[in-house]
Amino acid sequence: MIRALLRDRGFVVGAVIATGMVLVAVTAPLLAALAGQDYTTYHDTLLDSARGGVPIGAFGGVSGEHWLGVEPGTGRDLFARVVYGARVSLGVAVGATILEVLLGVGVGIAAGLGGRWADAGLSRVIDLVLSIPSLVLAISLLAIVPQDWPRPLILAVVIALLGWGGTARISRGETLSLRTRDYVAAAQVAGAPWWRVARREILPGLTAPILTYAALLLPTNMVAEAGLSFLGVGVRPPTPSWGQMLSTATTWFRADPAYVIIPGLLLFLTLLSFVLVANGLRRVLDPRQREILR
Amino acid sequence: MTLLEVDDLRISFGDKQAVDGLSFTLEAGGSLGIVGESGSGKSTAALALLGLSGGSVSGKIRFDGTDLVTGAPWKDIRGARIAMVFQEPLTALNPFQTVGDQIAEVYRLHTGATRRAARERAVEVLGQVHIADPERRARAYPHQFSGGMRQRALIAMAIANRPKLIVADEPTTALDVTVQAQILDLLDEVRATTGAALLLISHDLGVVAGSTESVIVMRDGRAVESGSTESVLLSPRHEYTRALLDAVPKPGNRDFEPGPPLLRVRDVHKHFPQRRRGSFRKPPPVRAVDGVTLDVHAGETLGIVGESGTGKTTLARMMVGLIPPSSGSITFDGVDIARRRGRSVQMVFQDPLSSLNPRRTIGESIADPLRLSGVRDPRTRVEDLLERVGLSRSEYDRYPHQLSGGMRQRVGIARAVAPSPRLIVCDEPVSSLDVTTQAQVLALLEELRAELGLSLVFVSHDLAVLRRIADRVAVLKDGVIVEVGPTSEVYDQPQHPYTKELLAAVPVTDPAEARRLRALRSTVGR
Amino acid sequence: MIGHLTRRIVGGAIVLLVLSALIYTLFYLAPSDPAILACGKGCTPERLADVRAAMGLADPVWTQYWHFLQGIFTGRDYSLGPTVRHCPAPCLGYSFETSQPVTTLLMDRLPVSFSLAFGAEILSLLLGIGAGLLSGTRRFRWFDRLVNGLVLAGYATPVFLVGLLLLLLFCVHLQWLPFPQYVPFTTDPLLWAQNLLLPWIALAVIQTAAYARLTRAGLQESLAEDHIRTARAYGIPERRILWRKALRGALLPLVTLTAVDLAGIITSAVLTETMFGLPGVGQLLVGAVNQIDLPVVVGVTLLTGLIMVLANTAADLLYAAVDPRVQLR
Repeated sequence: MIRALLRDRGFVVGAVIATGMVLVAVTAPLLAALAGQDYTTYHDTLLDSARGGVPIGAFGGVSGEHWLGVEPGTGRDLFARVVYGARVSLGVAVGATILEVLLGVGVGIAAGLGGRWADAGLSRVIDLVLSIPSLVLAISLLAIVPQDWPRPLILAVVIALLGWGGTARISRGETLSLRTRDYVAAAQVAGAPWWRVARREILPGLTAPILTYAALLLPTNMVAEAGLSFLGVGVRPPTPSWGQMLSTATTWFRADPAYVIIPGLLLFLTLLSFVLVANGLRRVLDPRQREILR
Repeated sequence: MTLLEVDDLRISFGDKQAVDGLSFTLEAGGSLGIVGESGSGKSTAALALLGLSGGSVSGKIRFDGTDLVTGAPWKDIRGARIAMVFQEPLTALNPFQTVGDQIAEVYRLHTGATRRAARERAVEVLGQVHIADPERRARAYPHQFSGGMRQRALIAMAIANRPKLIVADEPTTALDVTVQAQILDLLDEVRATTGAALLLISHDLGVVAGSTESVIVMRDGRAVESGSTESVLLSPRHEYTRALLDAVPKPGNRDFEPGPPLLRVRDVHKHFPQRRRGSFRKPPPVRAVDGVTLDVHAGETLGIVGESGTGKTTLARMMVGLIPPSSGSITFDGVDIARRRGRSVQMVFQDPLSSLNPRRTIGESIADPLRLSGVRDPRTRVEDLLERVGLSRSEYDRYPHQLSGGMRQRVGIARAVAPSPRLIVCDEPVSSLDVTTQAQVLALLEELRAELGLSLVFVSHDLAVLRRIADRVAVLKDGVIVEVGPTSEVYDQPQHPYTKELLAAVPVTDPAEARRLRALRSTVGR
Repeated sequence: MIGHLTRRIVGGAIVLLVLSALIYTLFYLAPSDPAILACGKGCTPERLADVRAAMGLADPVWTQYWHFLQGIFTGRDYSLGPTVRHCPAPCLGYSFETSQPVTTLLMDRLPVSFSLAFGAEILSLLLGIGAGLLSGTRRFRWFDRLVNGLVLAGYATPVFLVGLLLLLLFCVHLQWLPFPQYVPFTTDPLLWAQNLLLPWIALAVIQTAAYARLTRAGLQESLAEDHIRTARAYGIPERRILWRKALRGALLPLVTLTAVDLAGIITSAVLTETMFGLPGVGQLLVGAVNQIDLPVVVGVTLLTGLIMVLANTAADLLYAAVDPRVQLR
């Protein structure tokens, strides 16, 4: 399986970039220290106040000291903000994905293995979660949550609470179809109790579809986080996130295009790398090539 | 007059030679059968007659004066002069178009008839294949037809343009035995009334026996034997033909002393509630099993025969305690079956692929019931079992997809035997296997029964298989047992009309007998 | 059919009821004082007292919710000190911030959101199916690969990023188009389309790739089906097989998707509308969130919920209409 994955060029490229991004996020304080910068200090001297606070110098004020230039309007170091931004973007996305998988697989297996009533009830809940306009509700929820609660955690929880429906539906469907396989019947004839059946016969069958789906959930959740931060209901300043940087960029993009390009490109690259990984996993794990990319 | 002459036909896909020098002729209005197991190249050869085989084709196919290998006027041939009847009647018809429209489209395409005339022709041919109320049924979609009716519709489509040759590729494989007999009778009738020649392709010697004048036996892309149906089936010269004929199950004769009753089924019902659809009244439940009383005696093999939808699988699953009955009781040695699984009763399933967990090695699958019955380190026991069912010890670490169908079924049997049960319920254990593999697996089951003193319940749609293996036979219809008795009695003096109908429909390899049964069917039927 | 429809409507109503109860309790039991939230920024103590009274916050929560539900069917009066504001049915609440019924605010904004969603959906359907057909018939291998690559890229591109880049390219750099500014269709159809062009493209980029991929996969799948082989064996010309037989099966899944995606665009147009400064429902929501105008937030959430439910029902019915095998009874 590993060998098949390594033969997929897209997967390899994606995996390398994704690993790199995760490393950047984990070592953000180290990297910022290495550059000798932090993400909160204002540098007024680097801004052209005559032009409304646009950084002085080419391409957003890139220099030996400020590797990616500085933020327009404040002069904060862009490199430091970008690496710390990776922490928020990836952290929220990974957290939300883990929560969604735990919640979804749990509910899905319970619905699939439980009796008719359990299935009917849980299926209705899953349908409800799937038919909720999640972005709108997320915005509204984030608007009423008290401002002093830890923002990244709240973001991950809100995204997960509104997004576990897909995992649950897939888990339930797979469980229901696995349950009718003759090998499950064979285990039951041999006298295996239900938990042994769930662990030995059902769960291994769920791994592949859930893994491929979760691999795609990760970039979806990243987009969600970026979108919410873009709309101003994500993390609070001065904590940086790529979506929030792009949001400020909307007011500056005429004067300082570099400020759009850097976080935009990073976001795109990271998302693309995760999508490539997901695509590779799907190809190898799901021989039927089911269309889950929608 | 020779209608079709195939000379040294070769079809290859890359390195693989699917058809390797096949030659035969077919007279106008004649009938020819091509018999072979899966992978013998018979279907590829048939598709080549319509230029649809793919691969690289060489040799000669002369049909009615035109050579079909070097560029043929396909437009005038496909569906007009050569018509094909396919195997899967459900998927072979377009699900989005009514049956009448599909036939009319083909007719219009080749004759340029008006829409109205084409519709009339569609209704006419549907009537010709004995579809009741063809006017109305022409407006139905394929999914509203039963399997047999769909195959009739395909035959109607085939004869719409009055072709000179009908090619039928496994036309009855997916059908129940009584429906199979009806379709074969229909093909025979159509050939007589329209004067079209018939090329009938099948894996089943019994299917071609009664419907063809001459026959070709194919293996690995070559014809190993050909001649008149009579001579090939009654006095085969080639050893492969003989092996095929030998593999056809023969009546077994075993003296058997019925032991005490082991499994007692008492007035068992199983009703499945139907989902409420639309209306607020609940539809009546499906009565899958509707009052069955049976005993399985120690040491015997009880055959249960039934066509699809008769509740035989439901009954089998209740017998091992997988599904609880809605009412009635099933006891094993006096104890409710729900409380005795594993060591007492085991099951062998129909599809050996789906009955083995694809993510676990076959050794692990066999070891599971052993572990559940308390064996600590079952590896050597499992390896012994593998050897016993005719596999090598090293297969322990292989996965199901690395094995052939016959090998998988041997694994399924090994798993069933592992915890030393006293009764094994086999649900269609050989129906997905080729005829030679089928014979081997049946032989293995018989050996194991004798050796281990097992009782067997053998559920099948195949009367010939049961005749060979069963001591007693029960005939199941609509969830009810209509007849039960010693095998020889049920087969030789059937009492119930349904049993008689079933037995008359069984394909036999003796051409004279096949014709006698056909005549019998035409008097019993319609 | 009628029975099925009834059950769908009942089911949808239940979803909406649960959704509204959920939102209502969440918002009104939130740790922050709902009156302060509803009163909005720049709230005076007198006004706060009025709002508290008008909202009936002294009542138990379920009484409040019941009044809210009643308001949807019969309308409702809010007395703010000496003045009484009438909120006609269907009343989704009253925005004290803007002094307008929420329903009015929503109705003003809906045309913008609909223009955005329908335009983008039609554009992406046309482009997507076209590209899917071209690559599905396997005539051009490079095109096939391009579509594949675009799907992956499309999945990795948030709409606001595309929007920013489009603005940067066409409005700042090339200066081919003015910055979008909504012009109602009834005022000037041409200007309407011109201003919506960039938002449409931004939304369509992602959707188009998905449709192309689906069409291609569906076409290849249905060309491999047995009944296509039957059609070939009966001499039906390739072109007719493609257009009359294979395409129908290939486009089936798209039919249901269209309805659901349309709803998806409307409900997730928040980002696009904010990006391009279009005065749609999404922008209304973001504005309300920033102003802490709670009744509007509740109203928008419910409206989008309604749209989702309607779209799902429509998708169901459409599916039954195009596939004879599906029977709704």
